Amino acid sequence: MNQEPAESSIVVCPDGPLIVRGDFEIVTPSGDPVPRERKTVALCRCGASAIKPYCDGTHKMIKFRTEPPVG
Amino acid sequence: MKIPEARGPLSSALFTALSVTAGTGDATTRVEELRRLVTGELVGTTDVIGDDDVQLALFCLYELHYSGLEGVSDDWEWEPGLIQVRRLLERPFEEALRAAAQSAAGELDLPPAAEMTSDAVADVLFGLAGTDTGPSVSRYVAKKASLDQLKEFLIHKSVYQLKEADPHTWAIPRLTGRPKAALVEIQADEYGGGRPDRMHSALFARTMRGLGMDDQYGAYVNAVPAISLAAVNMMSLFGLNRRLRGAITGHLALYEMTSSRPNRLYGNGFRRHGFDTGVTHYFDEHVEADAVHEQIAGRDLAGGLVEAEPGLLGDVLLGATAAMAIDGRISTHLLACWENGETSLRAAVPAAA
Repeated sequence: MNQEPAESSIVVCPDGPLIVRGDFEIVTPSGDPVPRERKTVALCRCGASAIKPYCDGTHKMIKFRTEPPVG
Repeated sequence: MKIPEARGPLSSALFTALSVTAGTGDATTRVEELRRLVTGELVGTTDVIGDDDVQLALFCLYELHYSGLEGVSDDWEWEPGLIQVRRLLERPFEEALRAAAQSAAGELDLPPAAEMTSDAVADVLFGLAGTDTGPSVSRYVAKKASLDQLKEFLIHKSVYQLKEADPHTWAIPRLTGRPKAALVEIQADEYGGGRPDRMHSALFARTMRGLGMDDQYGAYVNAVPAISLAAVNMMSLFGLNRRLRGAITGHLALYEMTSSRPNRLYGNGFRRHGFDTGVTHYFDEHVEADAVHEQIAGRDLAGGLVEAEPGLLGDVLLGATAAMAIDGRISTHLLACWENGETSLRAAVPAAA
């Protein structure tokens, strides 16, 4: 990276979740903290997780793709 | 852990040696006798992975590097004669794992390792994990397992899960940079992020206690068959040998990638029998944790290692496919026993009786 590393980062995993690492809060729309058990989390991106907002690996079962289909 | 019951001449000779003071003339004689036995016995062993005597001896030799054996001096850990014996046992074990891994892997058509990015390595590993369509213990546990079978399931798992993450920790000082940071991040989470009661091994112990079982490490070693010990010995082999650092990362990646969904199903099995979150927390925790870990282990740990050392790609795949092979063999054993209404354990144990 050619920029100063930020406090936090979001890794966009191909065909998978968003890995969020660093200093951040996860809150409900009204600002209440969402229960969080770990420093680095995986946020659901496919919509099929049973433990949203967290990822539970279901994207693999539904063959979720982050890239548009070719052609 | 208490010294288990011997399962044959090798484990018997090992325990005989360990009963005396390391470094004495008596000890040297006994280790020499053990070495002689190992050389002779291995010639006639056709299935090292399923050999109770070999796997128990290896398990106890490795245990000297973990929590030790009750009544055995820590001086034995680096006793040259024992290390020699361990290596004699490791060699055919590693060969057998390589052969098993080869048949689990099938034909892999890969680009040259030097051209593989960490994303590409993760892709290959996720692909392998996705082809793992062997018999499903998790579905059986979710839908059919009796209470006694749930206890058996915990007994098999307990030989690893009560020291969960430890074998992979050996790899930390053998890695640098990105793969090292990745492994430390995963392990910190495995070890509870600084909270001892949240260590995965502690959560597993809580699950065992919830079913009225003994949560001491090694309490059920006598009950588990060779294949369950082989699964842990494989991790110790990969973790304790620097030359196999690729394999231990591949092993961890595959483990994490085949964990989230099965753990949901395991939890469902215990919920079906009316157990509450105190018991299922261990499984529920893994649904969420391993969805994080699989990304880090595949891309940053295994992938990062291959980017740094392309020559290790083969070993990364060895670790992953050997894990698939051994796991498949355990699953076949469990389901064959359970579907025939038999115990999957070596001997009936009070807690599961």
